Amino acid sequence: MKDRTLIVLAAASVVMAASIPLTPQWLVFLITLALAKGLVVLGLVLLMRTGLVSFGQGLYYCLGAYAAALVEQSFHVNDAALMLAAAVVAAAAVAAVLGFLLAAYRGIFFAMLSMALSMILFGLLVKSAALGSTDGFNIATHSLAGAKIEGSAGRVLLGVTIVSFAAAAAGLHRYLNSHLGRLSAAIRDNELRVEYLGASVRNVVHLNYVIAAALGGLGGGLTALAVGHIDPDMAYWTTSGEFVFVAVLSGTGNVLAPFAGSALYEAIRTLANQYAPNVWQMTLGAAMLAIIMFAPDGLWSLFRRRARAS
Amino acid sequence: MSDLLAVVVDGIIYSSWLFIMAAGLTLIYGVMKILNIAHGSLYALGAYLSATLVGLWVAGGHAPYGSYAMLALSALLVGVVMGPLLERGLLRLMYGRDEVVLLLVTYAVFLILEDAIKLVWGVDSLYVAQPYDLPGNFTIGDLSYPVYNLVLIGTAVVAGLALAWALNRTHHGKMLLAVIHDSEVSRALGINVGRVYLVTFTIGTMLAAVGGAVTAPTLAVSAGMGVEVIVLSFAVVVIGGLGSLGGAALGALIVGLVRSAAVHYWPTVELFSVYSVMAMVLIARPKGLFTPPEARRI
Repeated sequence: MKDRTLIVLAAASVVMAASIPLTPQWLVFLITLALAKGLVVLGLVLLMRTGLVSFGQGLYYCLGAYAAALVEQSFHVNDAALMLAAAVVAAAAVAAVLGFLLAAYRGIFFAMLSMALSMILFGLLVKSAALGSTDGFNIATHSLAGAKIEGSAGRVLLGVTIVSFAAAAAGLHRYLNSHLGRLSAAIRDNELRVEYLGASVRNVVHLNYVIAAALGGLGGGLTALAVGHIDPDMAYWTTSGEFVFVAVLSGTGNVLAPFAGSALYEAIRTLANQYAPNVWQMTLGAAMLAIIMFAPDGLWSLFRRRARAS
Repeated sequence: MSDLLAVVVDGIIYSSWLFIMAAGLTLIYGVMKILNIAHGSLYALGAYLSATLVGLWVAGGHAPYGSYAMLALSALLVGVVMGPLLERGLLRLMYGRDEVVLLLVTYAVFLILEDAIKLVWGVDSLYVAQPYDLPGNFTIGDLSYPVYNLVLIGTAVVAGLALAWALNRTHHGKMLLAVIHDSEVSRALGINVGRVYLVTFTIGTMLAAVGGAVTAPTLAVSAGMGVEVIVLSFAVVVIGGLGSLGGAALGALIVGLVRSAAVHYWPTVELFSVYSVMAMVLIARPKGLFTPPEARRI
């Protein structure tokens, strides 16, 4: 079958970007959040393709958000582009260091270690009064790459988010089909054979971990700009659990899946907050069990199977 | 000097609690290769049930020392009901899947139980201080501690010794060790592996509930209390080596002492200290301090 992922991605992005002026404010916010979190999930998808589940992507999500906010707070730079750049660089730099430790682990050790690392950040942030402790602090954005965006910041930010997601998804799609990307799948299938064939498993895992972190940082930075407020809960392990949930929900078969999953998740969450706030987590848990049992490759796989059958 | 003493005593008290939690987690992992995230919810369940039962007992005007029996009863109930329910009803269907998938399954159970607890008990905190206040205080040097802490330490020691004895000295324990070593060969030798899993998971669940029950009198039993526990007990278990009981004991002692030292001397780094110790141990020994040797299978 011919790969139409990039065409679909481009078409969807253009349609979404073109309809920004018509979109009501609340929906703008919702889509921005869904896409920003979709970016974090995109990173998780890359890790899952390598056979790794990280229960600690919240670390980079939070790190990106705080990096963006700190750029504003300490240097009084409130340009969205610079803040996002800071978010990506901070996340990637931390991941490059932590990767030396984590690249040696697989399976639940990897999952739980990454969780512990994000809890370290949470513990530090909660105790640091200078950064607002458990309350976090507010951030403001006034310009994008020099141009003033006050008044329509939400819509401009949605545009930035759409472009970021499209670029990241397209890039990741190319990467997954490249030499290194195919090695990732091979590592998941049989690590020992990859080593015998002369490739360094450790380096590939390390690289993928850094890419996933950069995506997480970008997602965190975008969320921080969209919400205008950050707090340490972004690094709490239940936040990471949410990303894992969306990744499992959407499946790892395609780079478009995280966006669909993330949008579905945000929509359900908005509805649940309104009508059934008390059983929200329970619904998530039940849905997760159902997916693991009946559609272990995620909702995307159902869609694919049907498409092929018809 | 009294400072140091306080650090050690607080550390040991905290370690006992950690050990009770970690022992269940490591036992389940050792036998079933499941890292049970729902362990924290089962701990909360034990705490809530014991708070309710102790509350009823006291309100009924019965002998105050009977409240200890209520703590034990609630742990037993949670273990006997939730253990088989989760193992037979859910986990059994997932055996043979990847370890990470089982991790996700227990995460889903955790989410479901968190809301279930809120639905049953509401979001208000429960207080049952009777078992805690009842036995009064004792003094070490010039420090005064509630006697209840001795109950906590005693529970941990008894639980640890009982588990060690059962594993190494009884017929069933040896069968369990055989299953840990190689479940397929054990099955071929006629061991009912399914039943071993059921019993293990029930005992592990009971230990989580015991942890909750003994903690309930010392704090406000409130929603979300199980969330942090799982990450902490995981740190303990990883330091000691997943699947090792002695490792869990040593890990609990290390984490307990480090944390109480941090709380006394440098409170800002409290959480940080625990995970830094974990990271350092893992850098030096990637599989933890004690790891049971694993037979290589081809």
